[in-house]
Amino acid sequence: MSTNRGAGAQPGLRTGPSIWLAVPALSFFAAFALIPLLGAVALSFTHWDGLGTPTFAGVDNWTRILSDPVTQNAMKLTLMLTFATWLVQCPTSLLLGVFMAGKQRYREGFSILYFLPLLFSSAAIGIAYKALLDPNFGLGSALGIDALNRDWLGDPNLSMPTLVFVIAWSFVPFHSLLYMGAARQLPDSVFEAAKIDGAGRVATFFNMTVPMLRSTIITSSTLMIVGSLTYFDLIFVMTQGGPGNATRILPLDMYLRGFRSYDMGGAAVVGVILVVVGVAVSYSLNRLSGNAKMDSTLEGA
Amino acid sequence: MKFSSRRGILVAAASAAVLALTACSGGAQPSGPGGASATGAGFTAWALTGGTSETTFKASFDEWNAAHSDAPVKAEFFANDAYKEKIRTAVGSGNAPTLIYSWAGGTLRDYVTNSNVIDLTGKLTTLEPRIVPSVLDTGKVNGKLYAVPNNNAQPVVLYGNKELFQKAGIAAAPQTFAELLDAVAKLKAAGVQTPIALAGQSVWPELMWLEYLTDRVGGPEAFTAVMEGKPDAWKDPAIVKALEMIQELVKAGAFGDKYGSVVADSGADVALVHTGKAGMLLQGAWVYGTFLTDAPDFVAAGKLGYTNFPSVEGGKGDAKNIVGNPANFWSVSATATPAQQESAIKYMNEFMFNDAYVDGLIKGGSVPVTTDAEAKIKASDQAEFLGFAYDMVKGAPSFQLSWDQALPSTQAQALLQNLSQVFLLTQTPQQFVDTMAAVK
Repeated sequence: MSTNRGAGAQPGLRTGPSIWLAVPALSFFAAFALIPLLGAVALSFTHWDGLGTPTFAGVDNWTRILSDPVTQNAMKLTLMLTFATWLVQCPTSLLLGVFMAGKQRYREGFSILYFLPLLFSSAAIGIAYKALLDPNFGLGSALGIDALNRDWLGDPNLSMPTLVFVIAWSFVPFHSLLYMGAARQLPDSVFEAAKIDGAGRVATFFNMTVPMLRSTIITSSTLMIVGSLTYFDLIFVMTQGGPGNATRILPLDMYLRGFRSYDMGGAAVVGVILVVVGVAVSYSLNRLSGNAKMDSTLEGA
Repeated sequence: MKFSSRRGILVAAASAAVLALTACSGGAQPSGPGGASATGAGFTAWALTGGTSETTFKASFDEWNAAHSDAPVKAEFFANDAYKEKIRTAVGSGNAPTLIYSWAGGTLRDYVTNSNVIDLTGKLTTLEPRIVPSVLDTGKVNGKLYAVPNNNAQPVVLYGNKELFQKAGIAAAPQTFAELLDAVAKLKAAGVQTPIALAGQSVWPELMWLEYLTDRVGGPEAFTAVMEGKPDAWKDPAIVKALEMIQELVKAGAFGDKYGSVVADSGADVALVHTGKAGMLLQGAWVYGTFLTDAPDFVAAGKLGYTNFPSVEGGKGDAKNIVGNPANFWSVSATATPAQQESAIKYMNEFMFNDAYVDGLIKGGSVPVTTDAEAKIKASDQAEFLGFAYDMVKGAPSFQLSWDQALPSTQAQALLQNLSQVFLLTQTPQQFVDTMAAVK
């Protein structure tokens, strides 16, 4: 109703709902995202140890942090983690999602099981895995399987792959759910036509299902990639960035700088870098994929 | 209209940012009563969970509350790492509890510099004379008393599993570094995968090795020079030598190959010793209490051995020197109201280290830092260990505060990070000292 009145008041100028409807959401966004963000930018130009008063430092923090080998290593690790989580999660959840989209009863049973990790909090998952992976008192010694008694979280070469696995375990269900929903919407008629033309299962999957799920793949990849920039809770619970600096990715670097070394200025620099990279990545993914236009993929229907 | 509303939003955001910034300088502005939940003369206290301290504090606070219902104390207890992060924010934003729990050292100096805590000199006339002077000195900054010890002395002790020693044919606890290496070899030969338990994920237990070895090689002066900020203090040959000895131990398999996953907070390193998976453990005296609660039979059967850290052949340090935490401390927040500060000081004078308090600490296997503790220790069931720890503290020519507590926090964090890499053999001793020397 208000839409109609708005359109009537300014004919031909605006057709959508009144802009004022965006105010509640915008004000929350401003209060809890934009203002703290500006605060962090300001803080990145000061020296502050958490006590006392921040003192102006110019670009000192920026030059110091950008040339710090610890932060440079953190950037490298973040890139590696982003790439590895995508490489592991994308194919797995695509396959699982398409599998779950089938209407068979046993598949629905599996879907419920796959869904379970989504119900647990990251901290709980971290604590549980930490206990399971403990080389002295964990799963390996409980079951008597010596191959499982590795120093999973304490060996610098093993800790990152282990984290990629645990992250995949907790996030694959969510992405599978996206793919399942998308795959169920694909029109049956196209697949029937393919079957009549003699296409096998594998060919159907690669030549039809995957291309038709393109939008979902992009959405899910954006979530994975942007999300992997901010992984914190799981890693903090499981390794605290250790052993050494082997899993100290940017969000952990920011936190440890701020709340362990009490270098708030340096932490703010890392935080601002994260925001810039995150926004840039999600924006360019959207542009590259043409997803911003929100075209329908159901042309064949 | 569109333009003006957008500008309106920008103006609002900018002015709010200014507000947020001014709020950042919480330490400089007058702020409300500390620990908002306590009213009137009632005060608040934050401390750590776990161990004898928590039960003793609770009992003591209950005792105070029963006697002073008009000024009750509200205590909250937190886990170690969580507390260290929370208290800094609370103090910095003017929301500190009346009684602030700390380890003295670098953090206390920061508090004093920013006037977050009040000067207690001359205010604790009843309490002060009862506390061991050397421990009381740790709470002083520039000769003034800002923090008072509230629990037990925590020297770092080398524990051993006597049963495994016997099995491996080790006659006595190692007294020198060579004997330690020999014991490691014998334990390995006897099939013990982890000769020395080490909580590598927590990192701070690794620091105990560096502290003791540096002391034994170069004496306490080596670290004192670092504390005083002397140029190139980190590059002292004693520190390099100690780091080399650490890597020698790692390469000899002294810590096994799984120490990187062991966490001290959950007592996993202690568990390795009493479950017979590890032969030795270098840890604070406070884990004796963990042994008592987790494996009472193991302790009762006399299988737990303990000794001072071995000496190093040709080293300058006295084998009686100890490292660790002299105690934990209470400071009184400067943002608390005068009435709250007064109650807190009254509490400390009248109730801290009274008979029940000292008895509680001793019963839990801790060494109270009071001068009258010795007689009570002799009469307790834990006389053997407590007597050992008490004599150790009393007879020590030097009692060095844990480095991560003594140093300013920026350096402390860098120290732990880099040390962890030395233990992982991904950093050489020379790289370590170069990196540390560059940290401001």
